Amino acid sequence: MPKTYEPIATTTLTSAQNDITFTSINGTFTDILVVAFMKLSNNANSSVVFQVNGDTGSNYSVTRLQGDGTTTESSRSSNIANGNFSGNSLRVADSAGNFSPILFNMMNYANTSTNKTFLARGNNASAGVGAAVSLWRSTAAITSLKIFPIVGTIDTGTIVTLYGIKAA
Amino acid sequence: MATTYVKIASVTVGAGGAASMDFTSIPGTYDDLLIKISARNTGNFGATNSGARFSFNGSNANMTFRQLYGTGSAAGSNSGTGAPFGCINDGGTTASTFGSFDLYIPNYAGSTNKSVSGDSVEENNATAAFAALVAGLWSQTAAITSITIGINQGSYAQYSSATLYGIKKS
Repeated sequence: MPKTYEPIATTTLTSAQNDITFTSINGTFTDILVVAFMKLSNNANSSVVFQVNGDTGSNYSVTRLQGDGTTTESSRSSNIANGNFSGNSLRVADSAGNFSPILFNMMNYANTSTNKTFLARGNNASAGVGAAVSLWRSTAAITSLKIFPIVGTIDTGTIVTLYGIKAA
Repeated sequence: MATTYVKIASVTVGAGGAASMDFTSIPGTYDDLLIKISARNTGNFGATNSGARFSFNGSNANMTFRQLYGTGSAAGSNSGTGAPFGCINDGGTTASTFGSFDLYIPNYAGSTNKSVSGDSVEENNATAAFAALVAGLWSQTAAITSITIGINQGSYAQYSSATLYGIKKS
């Protein structure tokens, strides 16, 4: 019986890096779930974003919903150069160096007829919680994913895993 | 090849209700844990007081949270100590209706403090129903070996259930 939920790749950082990139993502699954256990070096005050297939053009848009423990916020950005990976615009990590769990879905990522949508859930018990939807205006199948912070680097101990999910 | 997504245990509340749904002797052989919950409170305490409350390894000390919620007419965000993770339907909501809750715990057996991601909803055929996103932190480095899904006030109604899954990344 084919496996429905299968790990594709995982990265565990043994030193800080500017980004984490997955390449040669095979197109045999229906959706991909990325699970990250992440913090940024030096408690950088930054969210984490993504690009796919090496596209650095202004082909992404994002809608965010977040709460910082006091206030709520919803915002949008269009025609930007990256999507939102960390689920909000708040910091990933805290002064105590705790890791933040991020759940990031790439639905129908290998379809070659539709633009691609993504759903991110980000959590930082010290800073905030939120969800973000991103759009990549391309019908190309996604074969690579680059994850990186706006400011700073991704810290040692960060674990990011891709799971492939099959609809049948 | 090892299975990636494995049911470890499940709990279903019987007649008479239950104060909590518990998982013990959780093996440390997985990478992450996922709990899926369907629950209803036997009482009527309102969304704030009817919710789930988690303990790890028999303790809910050293827990903090930050939450984003919607009520059907307004959004809000709060934070604090303790672990009020999640909305549960109670006696003030539509009958025979149970709230849904996911709690994801990455690296539960690792040596770092434990961060969790929780999403919960209650549904109600009325003007008010709660949905919440929660970021939680248990500031303990011990591996999680037991989880108690308690309740703020009241008890879990019959047919409430919780299933614990283990997820392996390789």
